[in-house]
Amino acid sequence: MSVDHPVKTRLASFSLVTILVIISVIALMPFLFIILSSFKPGVEMVRNGLSLNLDFQNFSLTNYGYLFTQRDGVYLDWYKNSILITVLQTAGGLFLSSMVGYALAKYDFKGRTLVFVLVLIVMMIPIEILLLPLYKLSITLRTINTYQGVFLPFLVSMTGIFFFRQYAIGLPKELMEAGRIDGCTEYGIYFKIMMPLMKPAFGALTILMAMGSWNSFVWPLIVMRDNVKLTLPVGLQTMLTPYGNNYDMLMSGAVLAVLPILIVFLFNQKSFIDGMTAGAVKG
Amino acid sequence: MATNASTLRPKSIVSILTSRTVFPYVFILPFVLSFLIFFLYPMISTFQMSLQSIKGFDTVKFIGLKNYQNLFNRQFFNALSVTARYTFWTILILIPTPLVLASVISSPTVRGGNFYKSALFMPALTSVVMAGLFFKFAFAEQETALINSILVFFGAEPYRFLYTKTGAMIVMVLFCSWKWMGVNLIYYLSALKSIPAEIYESAEIDGANKVQQFFNITVPSVKPTIIYVLTISVYGGFSMFAESFTLFNGARSPGDIGTTLVGYIYNQGINQNNFGLASAAGLVLLALVMVVNVIQLALTGSFKKEV
Repeated sequence: MSVDHPVKTRLASFSLVTILVIISVIALMPFLFIILSSFKPGVEMVRNGLSLNLDFQNFSLTNYGYLFTQRDGVYLDWYKNSILITVLQTAGGLFLSSMVGYALAKYDFKGRTLVFVLVLIVMMIPIEILLLPLYKLSITLRTINTYQGVFLPFLVSMTGIFFFRQYAIGLPKELMEAGRIDGCTEYGIYFKIMMPLMKPAFGALTILMAMGSWNSFVWPLIVMRDNVKLTLPVGLQTMLTPYGNNYDMLMSGAVLAVLPILIVFLFNQKSFIDGMTAGAVKG
Repeated sequence: MATNASTLRPKSIVSILTSRTVFPYVFILPFVLSFLIFFLYPMISTFQMSLQSIKGFDTVKFIGLKNYQNLFNRQFFNALSVTARYTFWTILILIPTPLVLASVISSPTVRGGNFYKSALFMPALTSVVMAGLFFKFAFAEQETALINSILVFFGAEPYRFLYTKTGAMIVMVLFCSWKWMGVNLIYYLSALKSIPAEIYESAEIDGANKVQQFFNITVPSVKPTIIYVLTISVYGGFSMFAESFTLFNGARSPGDIGTTLVGYIYNQGINQNNFGLASAAGLVLLALVMVVNVIQLALTGSFKKEV
């Protein structure tokens, strides 16, 4: 075909590329608009919606200043909360999930299949179904309005266990035997020999878990009560009321919230994409 | 085996914990605890609550299946319908479109594949709230708002997207498509890599055009990935809530046009403390998801494989 009708083929591939370009631009548009409107007074957005009006004379960094000065700097508290929860949840989640995944992959013990099947079952069930009983449990455990209340229920990640197990299966068992001969305990074998070998898996899952935690919305919305305890997504959501400088801070706050992820992404695109799709179970 | 030599003597706790038979149990302990406390117990308690009438936390009464009967109400069916339609439309867009895009990007004549890949992937990095801000205000009802200004430019009337049934659905579906297009694209791209180029070359020699190649080679080769993407789309569609929450600034929407099943559970449970009814709704949702999962597993033949 391509030999017979070079013009037609070229035209077809040209139009396909044009469509690709258009779709890519559409994908990036929201970023552009949110960044642009973060420099404009919030009242304009309330009055006109997100508009094409690019009145550069009105552009200023005032909205970014407000984040630090308005409402007693509550935005900084949210930022701090988000960082703290993300770090604790990611570090704890990686540590614990990798242990479980490794044990499932490398040890033959009674109940191994059962545990693995349970992991798969939990993975299949949308966590939204458990919101209410978990909320009730958090009230009983008195973890409402606390950091641990936000991350404890989801600390041991099923996706993490699954992924670490898949990765650990491929590691050579001979190294474990060698470690035993050298007098290592089973713990020593894991922490000194096997864990370092699982570094790529840790890398991919750090990204997946940290992003999930940083962007998490529904559960922190339920657990956190005090304004100063909120995480960034929940805090920004509460500013969707026309009170004080809320709308001024909304867009600049959203930009600063997504900025760290975008920066990390632009420098590690490959590992990011691998990490985000780590949950994929190839059929 | 070496550890068994020490069985003659009474063991210290340390030597038990370090033995090769006990070690794996220590390592799976985090899962066991998390499973019992944060999964099994809540599961049982939600099942129990679904059979109770709960007013506050003190007066609890067993009422059998009454909560399930009470689910036969207009609001619940509306939430069910919103969720079903949302899932249907997102699947209709998010299964074929990324596959077509992926095969265009991966074709050897197209350059700049990495740019398109990254551009389309970036929406997946945002939080629902940040993305929701864009969709909420771009689809605002004013003539000057982004989408309406485009409609007006082409001579159409401005549309109140977030106040009508159709409009709300359009915004929610576009929101989801925008956010997840790139992720599905990546899944498909990695599946396409495993198709040997020779197959396309010999098809070309046999005179098959690109469209024929797409339907006869590409689609059958990536079938497992299509089924996987379908599963996560159903899962995501049925459990959708945060998008609707940000668009309508709460779990309620005008006339419940955007209230999903999880939104209904949230309203009944968290907002109105009607834990019994909300639990029953949650278990109906669970049943729906499980049915879909079983169908998916049957389709992929996972039951035959050893886990």
